[in-house]
Amino acid sequence: MARYETVIGLEVHIELKTRSKIFCDSTTEFGGDPNTHVCPVCLGLPGTLPVLNKKVVEYAIRAALALNCQIAGFSKFDRKNYYYPDMPKNYQISQYDLPIAEFGYLDIDTDDGAKRIGITRLHMEEDTGKLVHQGTITTTPFSLVDYNRAGVPLIEIVSEPDLRSPEEACAYMEKLKAIVQYTGVSDCKMEEGSLRCDANISMRPVGRSELGTKAEIKNLNSFRSLQRALSYEIERQIETLEEGGRIVQETRTWDEGKGVTLSMRSKEHAHDYRYFPDPDLVPLVIESEWVEDIRRSLPELPDARRERYLKEYGLPGYDAAILTNTKELADYFEDCVTCYPNPKAVSNWIMGDLARLLNANNLEITECRVKPQQLASLLELMDKGTISGKITKTVFEEMFTTGKDANAIVKEKGLVQISDEGAISTVVDEVIANNPKSVEDFRAGKEKALGFLVGQVMKATRGKANPELVNRLLKEKI
Amino acid sequence: MQLFRLTAHELHDLLIKKEISAIEITEAVFDRIASVEEKVGAYLNRTRERALAQARVVDGQIRKGEKIFPLSGIPIAIKDNMCTDGITTTAGSKILSNFIPPYSATVVKKLDAAGAAMVGKTNLDEFAMGSSTENSAFFTTRNPWDTGRVPGGSSGGSAAAVAAGEAVCALGSDTGGSIRLPASFCGVVGMKPTYGAVSRFGLIAYASSLDQIGPFTRDVTDCALMLNIICGHDPLDSTSANFKAPDYTGFLVNDVRGMRIGVPEEYMAEGIDPEVRDVIGKAMALLQSLGANVEYTTLPHTEYALPTYYLIAPAEASSNLARYDGVRYGMRAEEAEDIIDMFMKTRSRGFGSEVKRRIMLGTYALSAGYYDAYYLKALKVRTLIKEDFDRAFEKYDLLISPVSPTTAFRIGEKTDDPLQMYLSDVCTISVNLAGIPGMSIPCGFAGGLPVGLQLMGRHFNEGALLRVAYTFEQNTDYHKRFPEL
Repeated sequence: MARYETVIGLEVHIELKTRSKIFCDSTTEFGGDPNTHVCPVCLGLPGTLPVLNKKVVEYAIRAALALNCQIAGFSKFDRKNYYYPDMPKNYQISQYDLPIAEFGYLDIDTDDGAKRIGITRLHMEEDTGKLVHQGTITTTPFSLVDYNRAGVPLIEIVSEPDLRSPEEACAYMEKLKAIVQYTGVSDCKMEEGSLRCDANISMRPVGRSELGTKAEIKNLNSFRSLQRALSYEIERQIETLEEGGRIVQETRTWDEGKGVTLSMRSKEHAHDYRYFPDPDLVPLVIESEWVEDIRRSLPELPDARRERYLKEYGLPGYDAAILTNTKELADYFEDCVTCYPNPKAVSNWIMGDLARLLNANNLEITECRVKPQQLASLLELMDKGTISGKITKTVFEEMFTTGKDANAIVKEKGLVQISDEGAISTVVDEVIANNPKSVEDFRAGKEKALGFLVGQVMKATRGKANPELVNRLLKEKI
Repeated sequence: MQLFRLTAHELHDLLIKKEISAIEITEAVFDRIASVEEKVGAYLNRTRERALAQARVVDGQIRKGEKIFPLSGIPIAIKDNMCTDGITTTAGSKILSNFIPPYSATVVKKLDAAGAAMVGKTNLDEFAMGSSTENSAFFTTRNPWDTGRVPGGSSGGSAAAVAAGEAVCALGSDTGGSIRLPASFCGVVGMKPTYGAVSRFGLIAYASSLDQIGPFTRDVTDCALMLNIICGHDPLDSTSANFKAPDYTGFLVNDVRGMRIGVPEEYMAEGIDPEVRDVIGKAMALLQSLGANVEYTTLPHTEYALPTYYLIAPAEASSNLARYDGVRYGMRAEEAEDIIDMFMKTRSRGFGSEVKRRIMLGTYALSAGYYDAYYLKALKVRTLIKEDFDRAFEKYDLLISPVSPTTAFRIGEKTDDPLQMYLSDVCTISVNLAGIPGMSIPCGFAGGLPVGLQLMGRHFNEGALLRVAYTFEQNTDYHKRFPEL
């Protein structure tokens, strides 16, 4: 295995969340009954013409700047010609030789430290519609077509072949997703198709500088499939080479069920897209003042924010990385810290119980019913000793489901911690009297027996007794 | 008084004097259609009820003493490659024979808003590809001056309708001469405005960087009135120029004294019928006698215009026509085995041979390995042709030439020889490549058939063309002749 080096480059498509489509005023809203988010222009009806949505250009520039690209003062749109029934015009309006942005990069973390991945280009294009088959594409008696997505704005971001492993490819995707989400131009939801990825992968002997023959892998619908498909492809290509075979330049599709990549079409059958400048659109001239305005409006990006969490909050690198992964989570964290200035404690709660509950309920942080101030007041109650640590978890779960304040839940359910020595002492006496066997065991040196006795006291007080006090009293009395 | 023989401005005068009604005008035109359409075949579809409804509105306005527009109640024909909301729009093709657009072209909306009464949709070469209207998938339109001859194309139906009195004005589109050639053959006024002066929204595209809509009229005054309505910026067309259109009637001045007029010698060279050359020579002499300075000049890249056009236009067409695949609208071939088979059967049955020829030419020109040698080279030559005109317009206010090397040819004469057919446009094509305005006005007869004089001007200088055309018209009477049918 060590004899080969893996070379990967990614082509990522991201849907921009402008309100209207790239060349008409139909809505970009996801879902909707088939063919309801359409108009004569995005249906490509005869005689209709595209008019560029300026917001799309602004969003593309925003993403490009966040990815450290240079913005082209002059760019244009081209037609990519091929026949497919999900394309209303049988050509896609895209950008070919003069994309809006080039020469960018982003940094990923690897086991050997930070690594810079080059971004070759970023360009704008229109999305296609989608086909709906009954059963599979080969067995369906007919196919239906839905053009709601046709004309939704996309940016395509092409990386340099700088990635060396499936892990790096995933790290690149994670980072790209985080950065673009921060800029607010896309939701980047892989499951809704607003973030899509094709991978180019080839192998070469270690030490060789020229690239091997590549395969292009399509149908990568999740981070998991990206990772699995690339790992499979590495094995397949190395095996082919080891057996003295030759890698064929081709497009392959990832079969998630079977866990294999399958050949779709070879280079000989590759499309000749016959790109040429779209005569219905005029060249795009971008004033540098506009670019600078957009640059100034960019939010703090993930790397800068992570750096600040290390310095300003003294968080461990791991916490800082997780918390800054999405803008929403980082905002949530900072709102908590504003009310409850103990960053590490907040971080522990967010990364622990909150993350667990969000995951279990398949919710985003933005959908969380516990608002930052509410989490802060819960932590204050715990600090003051009003509730025990254990009860705090119970209360938090209740808050998570109901959205109620911590105080209200504590009062409603009578969960205030019992720290009155007299009251606890009475219960301790009862427990000692009722469990002579355990008392004997503890006296004989069995530490475990104490745990049992503490548990009995907690049970009798429905968990409200201050655990430290219970421990001390039991030891004293026995 | 034969109302169908009058111009729009003459009819307008009668309307506001209440000597006639808009309904009478419309009825007169439909009566004329009833008597001559069988011989001419200008219309694919007539919209009598729509026209009468519009005429009734105009008559109501006149009765109430409201101000009407210059073209209110004027019967106007529309080439059938411009979309009309709720009315079949075929582009002369079988593949769109059942297509009813749910929207109107911007020019159609503007004419509606200006009170014009749409008479119907006129015949054309399929997707505006042709010079004779013989490429229509439905039938061939005949020249009103000699029904054994073609009306020219591709806007042959519109030109013939205006010449025969089946409409007062009409709209056509011009990609390589498709307004000027039929105007010349049919003895009417035709103008291709500057590229970008008229919105293309709703015009079924042939070659987007060359297509331009323009008017057919019986005189220059009507041409200016039509331009007043159709010119101007349209936010729905990114290539429409952001300019304030002038009042074009302001250029209707009977005076060309001191104007510098160039005659490109390449347009008068061999290949031009001697009789046509003679008529053009007389027109030059007349303008000279009226005080213009007329002299020969040169547009050295003229010989490359035709091959350049036949790379750029088909390349764009091959892409523009890709959408006609039977999936969403239009004709769909039945009993196909799969989607590819359906695409192929639909397109091979739905398109005519000239359209297929140009799709293949264009596909080839854009293919990997040929792009640089053909399409890219053609773009470069296009720039050289533009520069020819730029240089000429440093010296001249406008250029004149024949519109076509010959008068109208016989039906069937050139259908077997595409190259001969393409040569009909040899004098008109450069104007489209350069994006400048071009016009055809009646300037005489050769062998009893009309000859057109072409006027070419600077970008957005339609005014200079109108001025020279108007002066020429005021000093001749060719435009007053009417074909016997």
